[in-house]
Amino acid sequence: MSGTRLSLAKGLNAGIRAAMDKDPKVVLMGEDVGTLGGVFRITEGLQKDFGEHRVVDTPLAESGIVGSAVGLALRGYRPVVEIQFDGFVYPAFDQIVSQVAKMHARSLGHLKLPMVIRIPCGGGIGAVEHHSESNEAYFAHTAGLRVVTCSNAADGYWMIQQAIASDDPVIFFEPKRRYHERGETEIDEGGTAELGLYESRVVREGTDATLLCYGPMVKTCLQAAEAAAEEGRNLEVVDLRTLSPLDLPTIMESVQKTRRAVIVHEAQTFVGLGAEIAARVQEECFYHLEAPVLRVGGYNLPYPPSRFEEEFLPTLDRVLDAVDRSLAH
Amino acid sequence: MSDNEVAGHARSRMEGAFQPSPEMGPTPPSQIYGHFSDENPEMVQFVDADGNRLETNETNAPYAKIVEEMTSEDARIIYRDLVLVRRIDAEGFALQRQGELGLWPSLFGQEAAQVGAGRALREQDYAFPGYREHGVAWCRGVPPENLLGMFRGVNHGGWDSNENNFHLYTIVIGNQMLHATGYAMGIAADGDMATGDPDRDAAVMAFTGDGGTSQGDFNEALVFAAVKQSPVVFFVQNNQWAISQPNETQFIIPPYQRARGFGFPGVLVDGNDPLATYAVAKDALDKARSGQGPTLIEAYTYRMGAHTTSDDPSKYRSSAEVEIWKEKDPIKRMRGFMTERNHADEEFFAAVDAEADEIAVRVRKACQEMPDPEMATMFDHQYTDHHPLVAAEREEFLAYHAGFAEEGGQA
Repeated sequence: MSGTRLSLAKGLNAGIRAAMDKDPKVVLMGEDVGTLGGVFRITEGLQKDFGEHRVVDTPLAESGIVGSAVGLALRGYRPVVEIQFDGFVYPAFDQIVSQVAKMHARSLGHLKLPMVIRIPCGGGIGAVEHHSESNEAYFAHTAGLRVVTCSNAADGYWMIQQAIASDDPVIFFEPKRRYHERGETEIDEGGTAELGLYESRVVREGTDATLLCYGPMVKTCLQAAEAAAEEGRNLEVVDLRTLSPLDLPTIMESVQKTRRAVIVHEAQTFVGLGAEIAARVQEECFYHLEAPVLRVGGYNLPYPPSRFEEEFLPTLDRVLDAVDRSLAH
Repeated sequence: MSDNEVAGHARSRMEGAFQPSPEMGPTPPSQIYGHFSDENPEMVQFVDADGNRLETNETNAPYAKIVEEMTSEDARIIYRDLVLVRRIDAEGFALQRQGELGLWPSLFGQEAAQVGAGRALREQDYAFPGYREHGVAWCRGVPPENLLGMFRGVNHGGWDSNENNFHLYTIVIGNQMLHATGYAMGIAADGDMATGDPDRDAAVMAFTGDGGTSQGDFNEALVFAAVKQSPVVFFVQNNQWAISQPNETQFIIPPYQRARGFGFPGVLVDGNDPLATYAVAKDALDKARSGQGPTLIEAYTYRMGAHTTSDDPSKYRSSAEVEIWKEKDPIKRMRGFMTERNHADEEFFAAVDAEADEIAVRVRKACQEMPDPEMATMFDHQYTDHHPLVAAEREEFLAYHAGFAEEGGQA
């Protein structure tokens, strides 16, 4: 199965299947993950093939899902839990930040929590309230967690396997508006991932400015770079992939080359990931910079009703506007 | 005190807090059964406050066989546990007052609940405590010195949970109930349940207090355990005060009755009667191990001291209430029972007291000699694998302190 064109959703499904094939201790948990295959069908067919003891339909209780997964992990399992939508993770927030993040450190290394918490993230699908949030900063801010996000089918396939294999707890964000976009995917059971889980990727090389982005915004930034190229501007695009830890060397190398940085994410900019990245770039690239580091993100509002979301979310034009402002310096 | 008087007492305490009206339906069962009393006829008891063995009755009959099978040696083990645990706890309290510990949550008064439960656990079972379960820790074999680290501020838990199958203390109320349930789900998935092999079949016991029953995690744990029929026993030590708040602010239906609403049995046991707590816990654990699902045990007891050393119970409860509970002291009643039954002689009791003195000295010495950790170790174990931010900050930390050394100061 190499060179297949798969959607991100199918890539994730294949990745989870591969991880379950490889390790009998991998169990899936969540509401509707079994019979239904998850609200986005990411776990479709897995309960049928692996049984209801490995693909566990749980009661509707997010803290219960995460908290009982902690207990399973302490028993030696590798739980992969699904939170149905980003805005539903808050009932489990206490378990994640109070227990999941701290267990290894507070036990002085005696206990490991090799668990993955999958969260469909971001907007752009016309959903109702609480279904379109970008809450990655909460988790990236919490020491003890690792936070990653994929943007395409190939990364979905490999990164979910790497996350499941990690002995640290991983928050795994899946950009829901990219679930059904297809990409060329090398799915090879004998193969290995091109990158480590905590490495960023330069997805387009350029010289005039760097667009730093992740998840759903990678496609938007690539489109912006193509549009800018028609105007003679050569933009570099970096898919961060890992949000905690940040792959700072890749970021710095790119910014020191192009001397300009625009950070693009769906989340509100105030105290968002972009703020951290901008501060780090300023610390390490001060003498390289030709312009202030700029951010393009959601406005500092609760996620709006879906009729507003095209204005709320960063668009190709808003990205290009920021590039213009950067290049004007 | 009759049941009617008890019920009246409960109502009077609820004045101003909750006034049932005819529109609100029937009187809550807590008041009908006089739950706010240790004379509830539904409460399992085997020994009265003076140590007299109570007659077998409808409530304690299901557990009578377990008590009858207990030997003199069993009784001596339990008595020794009660005394040593109380002494360890007293030492913890004193060490806090002397500035050696930053905080101490005392178990004073709850020894019988914890020792009964702790001794009912088998080696392969797993316990998930809150932060007051020093008696359970003792029964699991956790050295008492190891409990002190987190209260002295040198670690967040000084023991390897898997050495004694006793999880680290959990400070956020109720979190551990779900960990216990998940662990029990793992036991079932492993097939280590209902095999008939007593050395293999395992169960989990999760500990919390009356305040913990209000938490979402507690209730979610009960839901998960019920629908999965997990081998877990929820052990609620109802010490009647959630810091300053009495039972009336936590529940109308008492915890042991609430279990039935989740779909499994709840048992009320006299938490100051060590024979009863042992028998009820053993019965529930046996059922869990054999695949009969969860049980909730409410051990009705009393926190004789403060919530923690930061608390001042004189602000919210009467000394008369405390005096009543002094009469129900678990050590006094166990000793009375053993003396009456000739389970031990004065020499034994003296030896236990002497051992308590020795342990107190040992715990104190260990506390005072507990070294502060090397500061750079705070960067250890944050992750299992390399993490560049942690590594970079560790280097910065070391370089910063090395700078002082170069200036002639201490690194």
